[in-house]
Amino acid sequence: MTIEVHLWGALRPMAGGAPSVLMEATTIRELFRVLTEKYPGMEPHVKRGVAVSIDGKIYRDQHDTSLPQDAEIYLLPRVPGG
Amino acid sequence: MPLDASLVARTFKVIGTRVARPDGVDKVTGRARYGADHNMPGQLVAVVLRSPHAHALIKKIDTSKAEKLAGVKAIVTSADLPDHTNGDRSLRDILENCMARKKVLYDGHAVAAIAAIDLQTARAALKLIKVDYQILPHVTDVDEALKPDAPLIHNDIFTEGLAEKPTKPSNFNKYAEYGHGDLEAGFAAADVIIEKSYKTEQTHQGYIEPHSCLASVSSDGSAEMWVCTQGHFVYRNQCATLLGMDANKLRVTASEIGGGFGGKTHIWAEPVALALSRKANRPVKLTMSREEVFRCTGPTSSTSIDVKLGAKKDGTITAAWAELRYHGGAFPSSWAEFGAMTAWACYDIKNVKSVSKDTVVNRPKTAAYRAPSAPMAAFAIENTVDEVAKAIGMDPLDFRIMNAAKEGTRSSYGPVFGPIGIGPTLQAAKNHPHMKAPLAKNTGRGVACGFWFNFGGQTCVDLNVAPDGTVTVALGTIDVGGSRAAIALAVAEEMGIPYEAVRCVVADTSSLGHNDMTDGSRGTFSSSMAAVFAARNAVTVMREKAAKTWEIPVDDVIWEDGHAKAKGASRGNLAPLSVKEIAGNAGSTGGPIAGHSEIVADNAGVSFGTHIADCHVDLETGQTRITRYTVIQDAGKAMHPSYVEGQYQGGAAQGIGWALNEEYVYGANGRLQNPAFLDYRIPVCSDLPMIDTQILEIPNPHHPYGVRGVGETPIVPPLAAVSIAVTNATGVRMHHIPMSPPRILKAIKTHRG
Repeated sequence: MTIEVHLWGALRPMAGGAPSVLMEATTIRELFRVLTEKYPGMEPHVKRGVAVSIDGKIYRDQHDTSLPQDAEIYLLPRVPGG
Repeated sequence: MPLDASLVARTFKVIGTRVARPDGVDKVTGRARYGADHNMPGQLVAVVLRSPHAHALIKKIDTSKAEKLAGVKAIVTSADLPDHTNGDRSLRDILENCMARKKVLYDGHAVAAIAAIDLQTARAALKLIKVDYQILPHVTDVDEALKPDAPLIHNDIFTEGLAEKPTKPSNFNKYAEYGHGDLEAGFAAADVIIEKSYKTEQTHQGYIEPHSCLASVSSDGSAEMWVCTQGHFVYRNQCATLLGMDANKLRVTASEIGGGFGGKTHIWAEPVALALSRKANRPVKLTMSREEVFRCTGPTSSTSIDVKLGAKKDGTITAAWAELRYHGGAFPSSWAEFGAMTAWACYDIKNVKSVSKDTVVNRPKTAAYRAPSAPMAAFAIENTVDEVAKAIGMDPLDFRIMNAAKEGTRSSYGPVFGPIGIGPTLQAAKNHPHMKAPLAKNTGRGVACGFWFNFGGQTCVDLNVAPDGTVTVALGTIDVGGSRAAIALAVAEEMGIPYEAVRCVVADTSSLGHNDMTDGSRGTFSSSMAAVFAARNAVTVMREKAAKTWEIPVDDVIWEDGHAKAKGASRGNLAPLSVKEIAGNAGSTGGPIAGHSEIVADNAGVSFGTHIADCHVDLETGQTRITRYTVIQDAGKAMHPSYVEGQYQGGAAQGIGWALNEEYVYGANGRLQNPAFLDYRIPVCSDLPMIDTQILEIPNPHHPYGVRGVGETPIVPPLAAVSIAVTNATGVRMHHIPMSPPRILKAIKTHRG
């Protein structure tokens, strides 16, 4: 399944400045695997923690989560709390 | 019921009631044990030698004289904390922050530590340690640190996030940007454009209880630690890594917590106490003084923010831009980036961009403080929103309502919002009697809204039913704001038993699986979800035991009103079995009754709030007084309304202090000038009116009871609400907080020319 993954500003340089990239993935885990294979520069970010917004719902940890067809997918920094 | 996080419509029996808090008696009678209240036979006292310089090379540390002093049992420096971080920059920074290695990076940076038989001896030994420093130029201002000729703090920071990696290191550690649309076209379409710059000063969380820990490392390599923390599992994991230990060898017990607010999410003293104990082979207690808490724990960033906002005369925002510059203290961070994410989140804006520049300065490593980074951004954004609304002749609250984000809005940080609560909080503010109350002379009213990301995280709960039918719930999140009461209510609700029959305790790290830090407004959200699942599991066990007792299929047993009941007409003569009856018979029906839950509570949902502040300003002295204050926020479902109100009031009180008085003052020598509550003034009860609250309950669809975290958002709007109130009282826009009397007088004087 081809999905469009939107990148936040700090990730874009690793994708040649593109605001989004297309890839084949059905879960968050697969998304991260494919993303870091395709763009190795993103690996430190993924290791540090990346949250995934799927149609506006933010997932920080649950990497088994499915990526529904046509869902809007945004990568975001993993924000800390106080 | 299924183990599903989805909201299920139901009528609550105990959720939403104001039951007595379980920790109340111990706290008011002094029985509650905080970090410094734990003691062990033979324990030593530790003190830390700290740098008096903001930036210096450590040429030599001579501990020989101190070692010879009678009563000194161990001295540690960075040589006793070798680098086990395996290339993890974040952990290496934590290690370096706990104990300076080649350089000291801020006033107060730890250089060495001593464990001795008593405090007097330890302090005397401290004076015998000789450190040779080579003083380096320093920088403490966020804008100064970004200049090309600024003193370089680290030679391995190359700005991250730029299209091309810089060839030279700098203090500018990270660039990021967020937004969408066509900014140029948006500003071209505006009738009014306001462009302003703002500054906020560095503040501390101001928790009353200083950091304290008691570490005891055995000669077999196992260790125990009692500590005041917001996350003992994270402390365990990080300390074990930094000391080269297996995590299971270190058992950490969390004390009661005398305030944290994000400031107790980081380790500072704990690895040092463990290293001292390991070297001395004795228990070591390390308790920070108030001065140490200010100088060397984790305050917020100070910030410098530029904002540009354009709108049409009909009130439509056409374009918005902001550049946010924050620092992480002496270590790289992403605080400005988080500010950029939250900056415009309250609004539906077609053309929007926020840019962040994170930097390092010679100040202590900054830490989270309730909705970290958002209050400073809201201060700048909301003041500009207020100014633009007035410039087009529109009521600022109506302007906000007109431009508020809603379901389907593309957020300024990227994703499209689902159902959100900003609109209802603004509308509730408009309808609130506070907005119609008359104002006295020299008194202004300010309204501001704010946004924060909440989150959930890894959570583990263990529920056990005693033979008498009472229930103990072991939690791994810290009770920072009433979670023990809320979780006991959830278990009582789910099992159908009285609240008084449930006792929640915070378990040590050897008793439960990993729990994430208690931050991100997650404690009650995630642990109540896990507790609901654990209770449902325990109910399943009890239904099975009832089925065995009655010798009927388990599918014929239902759970209702705290009892197992046999369903069907043929079972009419079987009296329902209570929890007590089932638990009393547990031995003959398969053993003890327990329910466990290990979850990742994702999808906590974002949070919004709106505040109304009335502020009187003495125009001769610049002194301010908050005369009325109202907090309106969505709680999803308030499990214990008194605690929710307490969170709203506490966040507002801290934000008011930040707005009016609190400030780190650094001298030209880079030393902190006011590391004491006498000179760093937090609001006390007599400074504040009763803070009114209005709880909105728009259920969170991703929690079984509809709960949202509430702990952080209340600190986001006050800086803006109070500053707008002061502006309305004085007629002078306030661009720099805290609005201390001298700063207000200066602003008035400058305005009057």
